[in-house]
Amino acid sequence: MIATAEASLDRVWEVLDAVPDPEIPVVSIRELGILRDVRRAADDTLEIVITPTYSGCPAMYQIAEDIGAALNDAGFANHRIETVLAPAWTTDWMTDAARDKLRQYGIAPPMGNCGSNEHVAQERPIRFVPRVVDKPACPRCGSSHTERLAQFGSTACKALYRCMDCREPFDYFKPY
Amino acid sequence: MTTSQHLSYVLRLADNALILGQRNGEWCGHGPVLEEDIALANISLDLIGQARLLYSHAATLDAELYGTKKTEDDYAYFRNERDFRNYTLTELPHAGPLSGTARSDRDYAVTVVRNFLYSTLMAHLWTALMQSADAQLAAIASKSIKETRYHLNHASDWLLRFGDGTEESHRRAQAAVDYLMPYTREFFSTDDVETSIADAGIGPLTADLETAWREDVDATLAQATLQKPADAKHVTTGKLGEHSEHMGFLLAELQGLARQHPGATW
Repeated sequence: MIATAEASLDRVWEVLDAVPDPEIPVVSIRELGILRDVRRAADDTLEIVITPTYSGCPAMYQIAEDIGAALNDAGFANHRIETVLAPAWTTDWMTDAARDKLRQYGIAPPMGNCGSNEHVAQERPIRFVPRVVDKPACPRCGSSHTERLAQFGSTACKALYRCMDCREPFDYFKPY
Repeated sequence: MTTSQHLSYVLRLADNALILGQRNGEWCGHGPVLEEDIALANISLDLIGQARLLYSHAATLDAELYGTKKTEDDYAYFRNERDFRNYTLTELPHAGPLSGTARSDRDYAVTVVRNFLYSTLMAHLWTALMQSADAQLAAIASKSIKETRYHLNHASDWLLRFGDGTEESHRRAQAAVDYLMPYTREFFSTDDVETSIADAGIGPLTADLETAWREDVDATLAQATLQKPADAKHVTTGKLGEHSEHMGFLLAELQGLARQHPGATW
């Protein structure tokens, strides 16, 4: 019985791994780190645990709906979506495979490791210093001769850049 | 044990985020350049997202205290002006003291300076709240701090450009600083809500963050070649529910639709 239950949870992970992010359909919600856990609640309901990226991310409803549709199609009738905030989502959770897919899709993946909250808590100076702005490599031609056009881009999680060599604008997934 | 001060404190944080989010959202479709239009809409989205998380948390506290069954919408749409506890700073229109000479009733310098003053405070406040005895509030703080850092960078960046820019941009940035700085006194006034949550380890006394806030503000102003005005004596009372004349108009726009069609979904 336990083996069957575990097998069924594995199957749920598999099903949900095929659910794409609504705004960046080349990566799955699991690869982005939005899907946190799959478990059986005490009342035997399937619990799908997700975490929002940005506080106001409007895609969360769509993600919950997409999860429901995928589970229904796979024959899992009852489920419940649990949204958790802690630990706070960070781009550090993004897999290398996901980063490659983003790049191929034309979005420069986040640079560096700046998402972890332990790091944020210890970092005392909040003062603004005109610091070196990230220079992600152009996802099209690979040149690192790029510049930031705007800190806020087409979605909450992206900034707008352009490549000074191939002259193409591109999105940069901001470290968060 | 949940206290009424705890609930009030969470509502203050939520109201600040909602009201400033609503104000900044007014730039949507009216930004000075396309990138700034998008930036302000993004910042508003973050702020309103933070407000939603905080209102949902407030609903839980409210239920524990009074057995109510409220939702985030009840707090945002169905409370009246006197029930809102946001700082007066967040409700002021974008029109600055020089708007009579500007070409429109929105002055971007006012927007930038307000976001700078507020984000600098919140960068310190969210950092402190990450250690809150209230685990859910700590979780909300851990998310919000990341967004606030981007907001602060955006505002600081523009403040430098304005202050250290043309004669006109400098003049308007200085006017906005002179106009808005007195409203920041309210951040640091202590009352029973704050002392109660500080005693319970839920949050800091905001007054204890004042030195760090001043250091940060002074450093950026100096870099932007702007003067800090002398400290004002008057302390505004938005967080006590006594608002400026601008609040009613803001709420009318924010709440009108929800009140005309209560419970509507689409």
